[in-house]
Amino acid sequence: MAATVDFPTMSAPHEAGAPSPLDEAALDAAVATAREEIAAAATLDDLKAVRTAHTGEKSPLALANRAIGALPGPEKAAAGKNVGPRRGAINQALALRQAELEAARDAAVLRDEAVDVTLPTARRPVGARHPIEAIQERIADFFVGLGWEIAEGPELEAEWFNFDALNFGPDHPARQMQDTFFVEGDQHLVLRTHTSPVQARALLERGAPLYIACPGKVFRTDALDATHTPVFHQVEGLAIDKGLTMANLIGTLDAFARAMFGPEARTRLRPSFFPFTEPSAEMDLWFPHKKGGPGWIEWGGCGMVHPNVLRATGIDPAEYQGFAFGMGIERTLMLRHGIADMHDIVEGDVRFSRQFGMEI
Amino acid sequence: MPLVVKEWLADHVELPADLTAAGLAEALVRVGLEEEAIHPAQVSGPLVVGRVLAVTPEPQKNGKTINWCLVDVGPDHNEPEVKGVDPVDIPAGGARGIVCGAHNFEAGDLVVVALPGTVLPGPFPIAARKTYGHVSDGMICSKKELELGEDGEGIIVLPRDLGFATADLAPGQDAIALLGLGEEILEINVTPDRGYAFSYRGVAREYALSTGARFTDLGLPSPASPAPAGAPPAFAVEVRDDAPIDGQAGCDRFVTQIVRGIDPAAQTPQWMARRLEASGMRPISLAVDATNYVMLDLGQPLHAYDLAKVSAPIVVRRARAGEKLTTLDEVERALDAGDLLITDSPSAGPAEATGERVLGLAGVMGGAYSEVTEATQDVLIEAAHFDPVSVARTSRRHRLSSEAAKRFERGVDPRLPLVAATRVARILVEYGGGVADPGHFDLDVTAAPAAIDLPAGLASRLTGVDYSEAQVVEILEAIGCQVSGTAVTPPSWRPDLTEPVNLVEEIARIAGYDQIPSVLPAAPGGRGLTPGQRTRRSVARALAEAGLVETLSYPFVGDAQFDALGLPVDDPRRHAVRLANPLADDRPLLRTALLPTLLETARRNVARGLPDVAIFEVGLVTLPHAGAPAAPMLPLATKPSEAELAVFAEAVPAQPRHVAGVLTGRLDLTKHGRMAQWSDALELVRLVCARAGVPIEATPDAETMPWHPGRCAALSVADDDGLVLGFAGELHPKVCEALGLPPRAVAFELNLSALASVAGDAPVTASPVSSYPAAKEDFAFVVPTDLPAEHLAAAITAGAGDVLEDLTLFDVFEGEQIGEGKKSLAYALRLRAADHTLSADEIRAVREDVVTAAAEVGATLRG
Repeated sequence: MAATVDFPTMSAPHEAGAPSPLDEAALDAAVATAREEIAAAATLDDLKAVRTAHTGEKSPLALANRAIGALPGPEKAAAGKNVGPRRGAINQALALRQAELEAARDAAVLRDEAVDVTLPTARRPVGARHPIEAIQERIADFFVGLGWEIAEGPELEAEWFNFDALNFGPDHPARQMQDTFFVEGDQHLVLRTHTSPVQARALLERGAPLYIACPGKVFRTDALDATHTPVFHQVEGLAIDKGLTMANLIGTLDAFARAMFGPEARTRLRPSFFPFTEPSAEMDLWFPHKKGGPGWIEWGGCGMVHPNVLRATGIDPAEYQGFAFGMGIERTLMLRHGIADMHDIVEGDVRFSRQFGMEI
Repeated sequence: MPLVVKEWLADHVELPADLTAAGLAEALVRVGLEEEAIHPAQVSGPLVVGRVLAVTPEPQKNGKTINWCLVDVGPDHNEPEVKGVDPVDIPAGGARGIVCGAHNFEAGDLVVVALPGTVLPGPFPIAARKTYGHVSDGMICSKKELELGEDGEGIIVLPRDLGFATADLAPGQDAIALLGLGEEILEINVTPDRGYAFSYRGVAREYALSTGARFTDLGLPSPASPAPAGAPPAFAVEVRDDAPIDGQAGCDRFVTQIVRGIDPAAQTPQWMARRLEASGMRPISLAVDATNYVMLDLGQPLHAYDLAKVSAPIVVRRARAGEKLTTLDEVERALDAGDLLITDSPSAGPAEATGERVLGLAGVMGGAYSEVTEATQDVLIEAAHFDPVSVARTSRRHRLSSEAAKRFERGVDPRLPLVAATRVARILVEYGGGVADPGHFDLDVTAAPAAIDLPAGLASRLTGVDYSEAQVVEILEAIGCQVSGTAVTPPSWRPDLTEPVNLVEEIARIAGYDQIPSVLPAAPGGRGLTPGQRTRRSVARALAEAGLVETLSYPFVGDAQFDALGLPVDDPRRHAVRLANPLADDRPLLRTALLPTLLETARRNVARGLPDVAIFEVGLVTLPHAGAPAAPMLPLATKPSEAELAVFAEAVPAQPRHVAGVLTGRLDLTKHGRMAQWSDALELVRLVCARAGVPIEATPDAETMPWHPGRCAALSVADDDGLVLGFAGELHPKVCEALGLPPRAVAFELNLSALASVAGDAPVTASPVSSYPAAKEDFAFVVPTDLPAEHLAAAITAGAGDVLEDLTLFDVFEGEQIGEGKKSLAYALRLRAADHTLSADEIRAVREDVVTAAAEVGATLRG
């Protein structure tokens, strides 16, 4: 054994100085000394030395224990009862202190590993969806949730689909009011001025009953300014079935308004005109955050699908009826997020998109 | 769009005295006449009647003479002292000193004075100001300054210039009320189906329908009285339309009325001029103003000819080749065979020679030749009804929109012409001192409106509101229909009512859209997003999660954008759809790829001080193909045939959805962050393809712009005949330079539609996962430098066979040890069998097979 450690706080035990296993007072004193030293051990190394001093072969209680063998038979039992529990008490105290010191050591190690958690962490710039795209997905989710499907169509569209199929006669003033981009030559192609041609395509391809929403890009020959852009987005809704009414139109619009603008949102219809709906209405949205106080703002157009649209797509208007509506995505986004200038939406400055993140 | 002057509207319908423009707007919007704007009062502040007390002409150095005036502006506004004027010259009641440059007045005249604080149209605020050595304490106004018409000369003298009786005027009187300048004016938006609302008559009717106010129809015809015997013959009209559009004659009603002996100096009465001005029309002369006035009032466009210049009969016919007309706007126009004309017959001759002189474009604009002038005494009034389509086409063809065309295109009440012509004649008699001929000419072949069969309960079935039968009848009668059972005959002023649904809209809007309940319908249940839609979402989200910001760009490009990308002249991407009316002349084409405009977006960000750009765009491109047929033009309300649908499919160019991305500058935000490089673009492509579920193959491409010839990969789908879906890599240095992008920008563009269609929607069939131990084997091969790593990897994969679970390239090394023109590629293979632990012999056999297979592509195991 290498008992070369110097124990300054106690005298080196030796057999001659060992307490008698029958001397309870001496044994208690040895235990008390051990407890003091265990408590005083400040490090695990200190504790190791204390352990050797008080539980090692030369420790007072070990010596006392060894002395039991030399006692006369009748005294052995009493001596054993004196020594054994006291040795146990010292071991227990050692174990407790050991656990305390280990915990302190572990804590110190972790403390030393502390870092400045306020340092910048981003190594890669954060990406983001464009809010126009994100909100179209959110709108699509709303309609898919209603059990509708999402339909799409070409952006460069046949003039017939953009106008005639939707009951815009070639000489109807409404057709002239659409500020249409035409393709050169006599191809009869236009950049679609609304998402409504998707109605006609979907009805032709899929027939009735049909419940679809059609978000997408549309084009008008408006110059870019704070509130206009020649390329913008709409979402079209179309429901054709037996017995659908204008009340169903309003119910759908109210639900959509709540999904987009919160539980207070509601809509109101004003009589209007669109060639592809009759009755037709402009739809206003109750907007609690309107500048200058809550009020109604224009949100889109809607109505009951005109029988001529159904006829142009081979649906019998005597059997099926339904409603359609459309609203501007940019307008929805600007209202919802307090965007004042259209330039921010169209210019592609990453600082704009980054404000929105992934979901909208 | 029409301006609504309340005071004029009140001629037709009872209005509450306190009705504001906002209140009027609210009533009208309920029935569908939307507010466009409320124009504030043109004049505010102290605009008063003044009496000129003294006029002192003062010649100035600049040659002008100004008048220094003392003006009595009433006890409330007069000042007891005027600076620079001896108090003894100021009358007891006080006055104001005003400098005036006009000379058409004298002491004693009653004038209009804008005192300091007045705001005149412009807006032009009036304040006291020092001028010509005086303090001018206000301004004496001219017609132009008050927007009461063009200046004759100088300022307004109220009795002389505006016809007021001196006895009615007193200094200090409010001139805003006197001249009707204080009214807010409502401008409404009229939808294309409501032509009748382009008149006070129509707006008043709608107001009455909205509010229940009492409406008086001033447009109803009264029984015509026959012309007395011996009266001069009426001015005859013939309609000879040899090219009616869709069987519809260009003109079905034409009324002429002559008024003779009008005083050429007669003035338009002030109230009429004021109403016209406030409604947005400039007063011109009594005859013209009378026609405009009646048009605004009733909705019937009218024309006044100088009777001395026209010869009966008037012939309404289509234009002939080569005919020309100089219209009232002084433009000479070459006429089209489709144009409907008003002509007359100057040379006496056989009937077929009539109608040789063109007077005007029917329903659009009159000609300069026959217009009334300052000398005109005898006037021929025209009130006609023209085919809306014919007028619309002529108006569009000549890019000539007029008040008349606007109304005819939208439909005019065919029963109005005689009422309107008679009204104009009455005005010319009353205010011009003329005499109307006792007879008029009335060619009338108008058809009575056809009855519409309105099935009982249709309105309720479409709206979901339970209207009673009585309510339906009441509403239909209120809008002017005659109801007899289910037969509903619309009034003459509602040519837009042709189908049962039109009547349903009338019922719903008059009963109120607010009566319709809100009921969410239950759809039968859909299939969710399509596979293509899900792929698109997944791809966009993955790119955003990878640190790219999504942007959008306009799809308009021009040659400059292709040039910047270095595309050769015959590059197929230059073959683009061209717009007839682009917004910018240098961008007439629709994009055939996303990169040209996405790179512009990148440049814009760089220019805004954001040099480290990572952006992407998902959008459609338009790929025309030569020889595509024109899209069919088919009638309304008719389903295209299968053959026609096939032509549509051919005619509309393919518009696949692409995804493209650009990276420039640093990839991360640390100070010495790594710069984006070609492999990052490839990595993004692999991410996109992984999301789409399609394995992609990269092969070197040294030919295609805008790419660096040594750092570009053509991307194709494995097992799909090498169909190229896009490119990725570093941009050509010249492209970066031309676009002003930082050097070594990298990018990619992929046809996402094609990728998604390759992916298909078949469910993945799962393979069981083996739980037997894996064997890990590493190989380092020496290959020629130009051997694509993919080739070696493919060979190894083939050589290792079924037990290969994973293959990873972990080192690429070039150096002296390897030798010139060679590189070392080191791969880690994970081998595992599905059903047993691989034995040492098996593993050895795999190693040998791998080495053999690698040797076939020129690879040798590195010793």
